[in-house]
Amino acid sequence: MTSVENFFKQAWAGLRILLVLTVVCGVLYPMAVWGVSRIPGLHANAEATDTTLVAVAREGDQYFVPRPSAATLPASGGSNKGELNEDYDKVIAERRTEIARREGVAEDQVPQDAVTASASGLDPHISPEYAAIQVPRVARASGLSEEKVRELVSASTGGTFTTTVNVTALNRAIDAAS
Amino acid sequence: MSPTVAGLLQVGILVVALATAYRPLGDYMARVYSATRHSKVELAIYRLGRINPDSEQKWSTYAYGVLGFSFVGVVLLYVLQRIQGWLPFDFDRGDVPSGMAFNTAVSFVTNTNWQSYVPETVMGHSVQMAGLTVQNFVSAAVGMAVAMALVRGFVRHRTDRLGNFWVDLVRGTVRILLPIAFVFAIVLIALGVTMSLKSGVDVDGQVVANAPVAAQEAIKELGTNGGGVLNANSAHPFENPNSWTNLIEIFLILVIPVALTRTFGQLVGNRKQGHVLLGVMGLIWSAMLTVIWVAEATGLRPLEGKELRFGVPASALFANSTTSTSTGAVNSMHDSFTGLGGGGAMLNMLFGEMTPGGVGTGLYSILVMAIIAMFLAGLMVGRTPEYLGKKLGRKEVTAAAVSILAMPTVLLIGAGIAAILPSTQGALNNPGEHGLSEILYAYASASNNNGSAFAGITVTNDWFQASLGVCMAFGRFIPIIAVLALAGSLAAQRKVPVTAGTLPTTGPLFATLLGGSIVLVAALTFVPALALGPIAEALL
Repeated sequence: MTSVENFFKQAWAGLRILLVLTVVCGVLYPMAVWGVSRIPGLHANAEATDTTLVAVAREGDQYFVPRPSAATLPASGGSNKGELNEDYDKVIAERRTEIARREGVAEDQVPQDAVTASASGLDPHISPEYAAIQVPRVARASGLSEEKVRELVSASTGGTFTTTVNVTALNRAIDAAS
Repeated sequence: MSPTVAGLLQVGILVVALATAYRPLGDYMARVYSATRHSKVELAIYRLGRINPDSEQKWSTYAYGVLGFSFVGVVLLYVLQRIQGWLPFDFDRGDVPSGMAFNTAVSFVTNTNWQSYVPETVMGHSVQMAGLTVQNFVSAAVGMAVAMALVRGFVRHRTDRLGNFWVDLVRGTVRILLPIAFVFAIVLIALGVTMSLKSGVDVDGQVVANAPVAAQEAIKELGTNGGGVLNANSAHPFENPNSWTNLIEIFLILVIPVALTRTFGQLVGNRKQGHVLLGVMGLIWSAMLTVIWVAEATGLRPLEGKELRFGVPASALFANSTTSTSTGAVNSMHDSFTGLGGGGAMLNMLFGEMTPGGVGTGLYSILVMAIIAMFLAGLMVGRTPEYLGKKLGRKEVTAAAVSILAMPTVLLIGAGIAAILPSTQGALNNPGEHGLSEILYAYASASNNNGSAFAGITVTNDWFQASLGVCMAFGRFIPIIAVLALAGSLAAQRKVPVTAGTLPTTGPLFATLLGGSIVLVAALTFVPALALGPIAEALL
């Protein structure tokens, strides 16, 4: 048998096997996983309804602002700007000035996470420091006391190896309270 | 808890988990590939495929099996993408353009999972499940099959038979990948990963794309594939919502490549042979983790392109694991890493991905490097080198050299041409040295079948789609053919007895030789190119 014949003989066998494995791995497997995800006791939120896993920026001073996003929804993603990119240095400086003005704090009080874009563009978290400098503005605009807002912030603060504030949960708590 | 302590704790948990799985999984895989009986499911698959599972193949037939299977894999995946408009769950995303469909088909069949497409706007759920997920399984199983064929080359004597490719393929899929992926898909769902057949979900007035994530996520990591269900890959909260899913995903990436060293030790009848490979892998992996971690922690903008729930340590840990295997999934954007951190990720790939490398590919790559190391040692003492009781003559060393040199050759030619093409300027996202790093990283990733990217680069023009596709194919199949030829000629030999002159391959001397060869080959090949990109960046 020539090598060309042998190749096509094997490829033909390969096609049959591949079609069978497509049914097993490409239809049965995902359907089985999907089926299990519907089991009520699993407490899964496979559809992500009312999810707090992602954050999108919300209009209005009564809301906490999430990290900058380089994503153009529906696509997720980051800025992919390198460390030595000078044009991007300017973008970061502008963000810092803008945030300092918005929150009425000195520029050196604006933390890193407030001026850098996340990897997904949907990062639901901000640092406790960034949340803290937003509290007075949110309190003013929402009509809640600063103390109450701080309470809500700490209720949305958590994490296992990092300590972060979930902006999506926090903003919904603000909605509910005001 | 300071970030450093938290990071060390996570590394500790990961290592304990891997150590726990090492023995049972390694021994289980050894049994899977040496068992003589077939399960009912497997017999049904063989019957439908009209395969005789009890006939053994020569190395050439085995290789034609790999090539033929991969060829039809590319064709089928290409066709699926081109007719996406007719398939359900396409959400009017339409047919995938031809250049992109070709690139993606080659990418997933070669276990690269380089993504020139944006999943949220291009890929519907049918192609993701019936096309991409299937190749996530079978391309991983192909890698393991080739590794097992090479191991049989060492174990068997005076035979021209290396096993049956179809049996190895089906067993790897059905007995190893499917059950583990299924269990961990459920675990991931319980921890918050999504699994939806809808196109998206409304979040505070904005539509955020959703997908059947969990099923693909589990095999994407376990099979060291890495193709993101969503564009941001494992940085997307739907794919990787918290520290625990992050640790599980890193565990899945590493567990098979690590445990395969145990499988290898079992099959060659000396577990220490596996331990020494694991030791070298672990040492280089740890060293590179330290480099990337320190570089990122001390960078100018440590949080750019990183998710806050992971922070720097868990991002560095993921980056190091994904590039030292052939995974290429990311939980942070490597393009925004420091010169040294991003350069470290690149260097992991340039080592040839064997620390610990992809599923199967890592094992056969480090075994090939062991042959090179023994050859170099043989030259030093003027003696025909041996490894695992087989003589390493002209044929064996030639095959090993071809396997090792394929990747740098296609990488440097591809990147070299890309760097001088006028159209490339418009494709880059960053100026200066980092722009060159983006090109180098792309070709390193494609040629090594990694799939991660300095993702700022726009790779949708015809040159990038075609040339990166070719790099992925050559980077995958030239080494595979060489490895199978090597296995064939090793199996044909008789076993040489161990004498006083045999260099033991279980001790620190061999480990040093092997580790030295990995580093040296990469350094000699790539330092000139790296000096213009990441090294220049790191020094600026």
